[in-house]
Amino acid sequence: MGGLGWNLIRGWAILVYIFMFLPVAVVVLLSFNASQFGSFPMTGFSFRWFVELANNDAILRAFRTSMILGFLTAVISTTLGVLASLALVRYRVPGASLISTLLIAPILVPEVVLAVALLLFLNFLSINKSFALLLAGHVIFTLPFVILVVQARLVSIKRDIEEAAMSLGASPMQTFFQITLPLMLPAVLAGGLFAFTISFDDITGTLFWKPGGVETVPTQIFAMLRNSISPEINALGTVMIVMTVGLPLLGVAIARQMTRKGGI
Amino acid sequence: MSSVHLNNIVKRFGGFTAVHQTSLAIPEGEFVTLLGPSGCGKTTNLRMIAGLLDPTEGEILIGGKRMNEVPIHKRNLGIVFQNYALFPHKTVAQNVAFGLRYRDVPKADVASRVQAALDLVQLPEVGERYPKELSGGQQQRIALARAIVIQPEVLLLDEPLSALDANLREDMRVELKRIQHQIGVTTVFVTHDQSEALAMSDKIVVMSAGRVEQIGTPEEVYNTPASAFVANFLGASNILQGRCTGRDAQAVQIEIAPFGTVPVPADKAADLREGPAKLILRAEKLLLLGAAADTSGLITAQATVETVDYQGQTVRYFVRLGETQLQAINMIDTRPFVEGSTVTIGFRPQDCAALQET
Repeated sequence: MGGLGWNLIRGWAILVYIFMFLPVAVVVLLSFNASQFGSFPMTGFSFRWFVELANNDAILRAFRTSMILGFLTAVISTTLGVLASLALVRYRVPGASLISTLLIAPILVPEVVLAVALLLFLNFLSINKSFALLLAGHVIFTLPFVILVVQARLVSIKRDIEEAAMSLGASPMQTFFQITLPLMLPAVLAGGLFAFTISFDDITGTLFWKPGGVETVPTQIFAMLRNSISPEINALGTVMIVMTVGLPLLGVAIARQMTRKGGI
Repeated sequence: MSSVHLNNIVKRFGGFTAVHQTSLAIPEGEFVTLLGPSGCGKTTNLRMIAGLLDPTEGEILIGGKRMNEVPIHKRNLGIVFQNYALFPHKTVAQNVAFGLRYRDVPKADVASRVQAALDLVQLPEVGERYPKELSGGQQQRIALARAIVIQPEVLLLDEPLSALDANLREDMRVELKRIQHQIGVTTVFVTHDQSEALAMSDKIVVMSAGRVEQIGTPEEVYNTPASAFVANFLGASNILQGRCTGRDAQAVQIEIAPFGTVPVPADKAADLREGPAKLILRAEKLLLLGAAADTSGLITAQATVETVDYQGQTVRYFVRLGETQLQAINMIDTRPFVEGSTVTIGFRPQDCAALQET
């Protein structure tokens, strides 16, 4: 092994990573730049863009909308995803594989197509755009992720553990809350975090579905960029990166911790 | 503890009949084994008693009460599964206490009953550990403790020893029987392992292809198999084609080509009529004899040793007399016979059983 070939491949791989992550690093770096103009060399280290961010009402409103939207998406998606996974894994549902495919399909369909389709459908039903519609759209395309994660976990929980609980006197409902749910909780949390993160940084669907006057963080950034490139956006980008990278990592860490404690 | 009755039970899955019409009475306190190869319907029967499956036809009674419509969590049964099925997120003590929380047991009594159950399975000190910190054998003991702490009407054991390795399995066999004896609970045990069935049961129900082949004590099913299937499933048997030529009060005469007439004791050839018959000769009852051996009382023939399968304490021979190949499992006195040698083989007629040719 070794040799020139491998070194070339290694070098190429590093270049690819730089190409992917350098812009992100630049955004994070510039968000701490003291100067008004986002350019190198940096003139000093400062939190002023974060402070301005915190004082910008439009951004704060967008941030609150995104948080509420992400949270509701996560709760609804996780609830539906858990119920769907239970039905598909634990019960004989007629057409189970078709249902499973349909539930996963939003991952495969281009988001623009999904977004337009939902909009046309609601137009056809003469329903106006609303926050509820936006939420429904986010649930539709976060649901597959929840289902995939939860289903995989549920398959690994042996049926006879639940049967044992029932034989000891627990009703099916008690068995679910005492045995099944605690055992699949890591997957449920991971699914919820996925849903939150995906919803939080979605822009395509959101642009189509959001009612007038409502902005999420990504659409707000998009709107701001149309006027000028403000260093505030760099700061906002940094916050977004921390949230969308940090949360799933946190989720994975919690899940791993719980799995270790809980055995299996 | 209670008796269990299956009355004309049938279980069909779609077009497939897993259990053909079966009736079974298990008296209070008895240890009954459902024995058979995989797919014979033994587990299906157990799951119907447990309430995990609904019978297609027929009635299940526990303690004289119809159970068909009673869901599993209201049947008060203890079930031990093949793969332990302990709750991995609960400690051993929480596992064992699980059934008690649904039974209005005062808090103060829970701990003492859990401890008593752990004492009974001889693992008094593992209460604070998690299941995965225990060995397979220990986990199965905890599963047993969890099942009996609720004082079940019936204890159902679904191949509880199959996941353990060989030595442990024999220890657990003795242990399980001791515990069952001590608490006297009616027990239904499902296994495909004939030695487990013979060692542990008060009664064995031999099943094949969804039907009961024979019900009897271990001695009865072993010594007087009711069918060729039972004879073959419990140990190794030679099944010889012959003819029944007559019977009197003591014995039934069976003509077998290489041996002549074999007088089989009448109680081991019940209902046998004249005509084609099968003679069942257990492999360990067929002896290979040295030149000097005493052959009085034996029916003998000359045979050639074809294969010698040396197993330490015993040796398994395949011998040939003309068209017929016979299997013999003998203790080793001095040293085994060698392949190719000609030996005298013999057996006592009272060790045989006979069946009607069907």
